[in-house]
Amino acid sequence: MVREGWLLFVEFNFIHDIGMTVWRVMGGFILAAVIAVPLGIVMGAHKGVEAFLEPFVSFCRYLPASAFIPLLILWAGIGELQKILVIFIGSVFQIILMVAVTVGAARRDLVEAAYTLGASPRGIVRRVLIPGAAPEIAETLRLVLGWAWTYVIVAELIGSSSGIGHMITDSQALLNTGQIIFGIIVIGLIGLISDFAFKAFNRRLFTWSSL
Amino acid sequence: MIKLAIQGVSRVFIGAKGAKTEALTPIDFNVRENDFVTILGPSGCGKSTLLRIVAGLDQPTTGNILLDGNPVEGPGAERGMVFQSYTLFPWLTVEQNICFGMRECGTPERVQKERAAYFIAKVGLRGFEQHYPKQLSGGMQQRTAIARALANDPKILLMDEPFGALDNQTRVLMQELLLGIWESAQKTVLFVTHDIDEAIFMANRVVVFTARPGRIKTELNVDLPHPRHYTIKTSPEFMALKARLTEEIRAESMAAVEH
Repeated sequence: MVREGWLLFVEFNFIHDIGMTVWRVMGGFILAAVIAVPLGIVMGAHKGVEAFLEPFVSFCRYLPASAFIPLLILWAGIGELQKILVIFIGSVFQIILMVAVTVGAARRDLVEAAYTLGASPRGIVRRVLIPGAAPEIAETLRLVLGWAWTYVIVAELIGSSSGIGHMITDSQALLNTGQIIFGIIVIGLIGLISDFAFKAFNRRLFTWSSL
Repeated sequence: MIKLAIQGVSRVFIGAKGAKTEALTPIDFNVRENDFVTILGPSGCGKSTLLRIVAGLDQPTTGNILLDGNPVEGPGAERGMVFQSYTLFPWLTVEQNICFGMRECGTPERVQKERAAYFIAKVGLRGFEQHYPKQLSGGMQQRTAIARALANDPKILLMDEPFGALDNQTRVLMQELLLGIWESAQKTVLFVTHDIDEAIFMANRVVVFTARPGRIKTELNVDLPHPRHYTIKTSPEFMALKARLTEEIRAESMAAVEH
């Protein structure tokens, strides 16, 4: 298997595949985070917004992202957009709900203290709810990134011309189980590295929460 | 000069299935400028409820609150509050916590730092400006909370059993610290406690509440001189007041337990 792996890198430009997969995950995940985090904060901070959006978001959370693949292929083709959309759909609703729950569970006594110090409701969201929830939001993003990895591979197994998932499908056609296993291990390793990096980044950004 | 007027304030809580709990019967009393009023009462008598209503964190069922003649609608910086559970913002340092209220009103940063330094020195926390709350002891956290409320220059300071979670020695030192600040800054303070010694030592007026539903049982003036030394706690005048209040409180505590 190691020999197969070595061949992959040297003869088949596996680095390119890894790069494609990583770029797709990052693209879909960052897009989802940028939309979902503010939406989740607004939902967590304002009961009215939460009541309005929650049924919709909860329902969408249960739709399997993988099931969207055939639909997205028909709508968006088999290019990069389709794969990024798969990851986006799989991540965005999870992030919205988890962020909303985190913000909604903010310590009430801190909110009251801020009011007695003269904070306005907008000030409370900006200077109490968000900073207080920030470490947990960062942990939520770290978790969802882990799930995003699984969606990208599935998207690449079907209708892709590059990426680790594509390599796995190719290897299957050639009955090259060594390469398949190697590919799976590479996915695991990249996920692990991104997880460590995220954790270290969170720890540095929020030293106060791990005191 | 009346600073705070509490007029006919009552509070009824409606629980699940419409069950009504009367926490406060209509309360009337006034706090004058520069008073240090302690509210003494057994558990569950509604004293914290009253304080929260004055702070604007709760709405009275009947009655109103007037601060300097103006009705109180919701929470605000002119009624600073110190809670029993410290409530410091864990993501801010001591200095940043103290500057919180000033930042909200847009005070210039240089002025913020000066005022923060002044109050940090007042509560004896010089050298800890850049510490986070988790790195401080309970007494230090409460000192920061007091400095934070005072730095906002409130018209009245509301304190809800602020020293309740501290050990005895620290509590005594904090009482002296707070009293020293009150004597020099001439603030108006409304202080809730269940500790008789604390109520007499700190106050120039003690208000005793009955058990639930709370109403005012007695009001006492404490005419002991200022500045107050801790040795005053064993003086005859202090002991006489303590004996009187112990009797009043005991009856109410037993009634509270029997409910």
